[in-house]
Amino acid sequence: MSRIASVFKQPAHKALIPYITVGYPSVGATLRVVPLLASSGCDIIELGIPFSDPLADGATIQKASFYALQNEVTPKLCLKVARQLSQKVDIPLVFMTYFNPVFSYGLNEFCNACTKSGIDGLIIPDLPPEEGSGLEAVTQKQSLDLIYLLAPTSTEERVRLVAEKSGGFIYLVSLTGVTGARDKLSSGLGAFVARVRKVAPQPLCVGFGISTSEQAKWVAQRADGVIVGSRIIQLMEADDTFTAVGNFAKELRCALDELPNGEKL
Amino acid sequence: MLPNNRGYFGAYGGQFVPETLMSVLDELTSAYKEAKADASFWAEFDKLSRTYSGRPTPLYLAERLSWHCGGAQIFLKREDLAHTGAHKINNALGQGLLAQRMGKRRIIAETGAGQHGVATAAVCAMLGLDCIIYMGEEDMHRQSLNVFRMKLMGAEVRPVSGGSRTLKDAINEAIRDWVTNPRDTYYLLGSVVGPYPYPPMVRDFQSIIGKETKEQIMAICNRLPDYIIACVGGGSNAIGIFYPFLNDNDVRLIGVEAAGRGLNTGEHAAPLVAGRVGVLHGAKSYVLQDSSGQIRETHSISAGLDYPGVGPEHSYLKDTGRANYVAVSDKEALNGFQLLCSTEGIAPALEPAHAIFYAAEIAGSLDKEQIIVVNLSGRGDKDMDIVVEALGVKP
Repeated sequence: MSRIASVFKQPAHKALIPYITVGYPSVGATLRVVPLLASSGCDIIELGIPFSDPLADGATIQKASFYALQNEVTPKLCLKVARQLSQKVDIPLVFMTYFNPVFSYGLNEFCNACTKSGIDGLIIPDLPPEEGSGLEAVTQKQSLDLIYLLAPTSTEERVRLVAEKSGGFIYLVSLTGVTGARDKLSSGLGAFVARVRKVAPQPLCVGFGISTSEQAKWVAQRADGVIVGSRIIQLMEADDTFTAVGNFAKELRCALDELPNGEKL
Repeated sequence: MLPNNRGYFGAYGGQFVPETLMSVLDELTSAYKEAKADASFWAEFDKLSRTYSGRPTPLYLAERLSWHCGGAQIFLKREDLAHTGAHKINNALGQGLLAQRMGKRRIIAETGAGQHGVATAAVCAMLGLDCIIYMGEEDMHRQSLNVFRMKLMGAEVRPVSGGSRTLKDAINEAIRDWVTNPRDTYYLLGSVVGPYPYPPMVRDFQSIIGKETKEQIMAICNRLPDYIIACVGGGSNAIGIFYPFLNDNDVRLIGVEAAGRGLNTGEHAAPLVAGRVGVLHGAKSYVLQDSSGQIRETHSISAGLDYPGVGPEHSYLKDTGRANYVAVSDKEALNGFQLLCSTEGIAPALEPAHAIFYAAEIAGSLDKEQIIVVNLSGRGDKDMDIVVEALGVKP
């Protein structure tokens, strides 16, 4: 069983998965905030490798990516950062990035380097399973989980395809749109999670637009994990000691733990 | 037949898009397949091409330009005379009719030089569809006349301030809008780039240029041309004129990219000549990128060529050798612009001015029996401010 899969084997435990952009606002910040998140109740950390054209991202992550690229954050540097982090924290780390940096690195070389750096999985929002067979062949060899996404617009046929192919968990995009904090969750989210649940044996984690502990709790009553990105990045901007982001992670953890045992609606 | 059923021309193309758009692209693919097989769809397209766009556009023998170059006869395919001033209207009309057929009333599009934006705004006005155009701030500044035209036609022009504030970023923003509104919105992409089915669909609508050219050159010269030359940004006017000649192996096809301030300066927009294979905006193709796969900023004096990617079919034609690709600098394009103005009284857009320059370069070394056709993809009114500034002339 992969390290990611074992996160979901803890009874009645909901996974808390924050996203941060590597090198934003600095590499030093990344090296400090990840251990803080790990000790504040997070289960998996998504490390974003910045890309010049992040077309699935909203304003917050666009800005973070742009800034990180100005600071010359490359995939090589991200791998180096991941290696240091994997020696400091015990929870799984996954890279989230777009396909071109991976393709440019070379699929074999990149996955090989990921394994050596203690990376457990990859999330690539512009790589649907139709285009993923080449990368899948390599991730399987390297024991990396290639995590695919599903969206509210995904047809039943596509849900089956992703259920067949996704490693570790399935990333459910909560809404039709780009990443970014929203006031409200999408009205069809409950039905969407239930629709995927019928077909997919994998754990289901929901991301995009989740920014409060109330939203996280609502999602965790239906899914197996909650992914929070833009809100984390916004809070990292608040203070250098990351007090706010640490407190927010703890608040989310409490919200997820308050659920009655094994509750699934 | 290319592309294959997964949208690949050899190794190039595909659908590298967020999951949200995959079912939307499937819907578009089947809607286009149905329309393509429906004679009434093409009857409507042909009728409006004639009565609205002003087709067929003439094939003009540029005698004084040919005489000046002292070699081959140069013909110009006059897409600059099409409605809204460029070939872009062909694709905007075709996709506008498709959107209407699919019942999608909200149209979004990106634009670089503004020609695709103007063509889309015009077609939306004519068909009564809502129209939102994404345009980089830098491009809005350098093509302000076209911004005004779009607004007059009822389009909302949304400035894009991210990244390099040009065409690439306008496409990113249009895709973000589409991901947000996948059900009611039709993305009217303006070139042979993007995920399948856009590259072959846009090609089909633009291939009317090549079909007409073939008939016209046969009627005038009773033989096929020796060379066809067209500028390449995303590559829609080039593929439009190349496509009907792909199996005529004696016709040499030459695509002209923008060398900007020079290929060795890094400030250019020539992915086929100086890029390497990557994935941008949903397709695998040649791309300008740095060593770690970040898309590079580009430069060209012409907004319409200022793009780091290129249509996947061009990448395929490059690799197979069926077409050749070269690059022409800003300065040379300005020479081409002036040359056509002074010899023929035609002001080309700065995009085809690249092709004019290259044609003039090779014409001198050819004999008088040989025929070059240049796709004069648009007119130069929109570029007058840029030319005035670049040449330092006082109007």
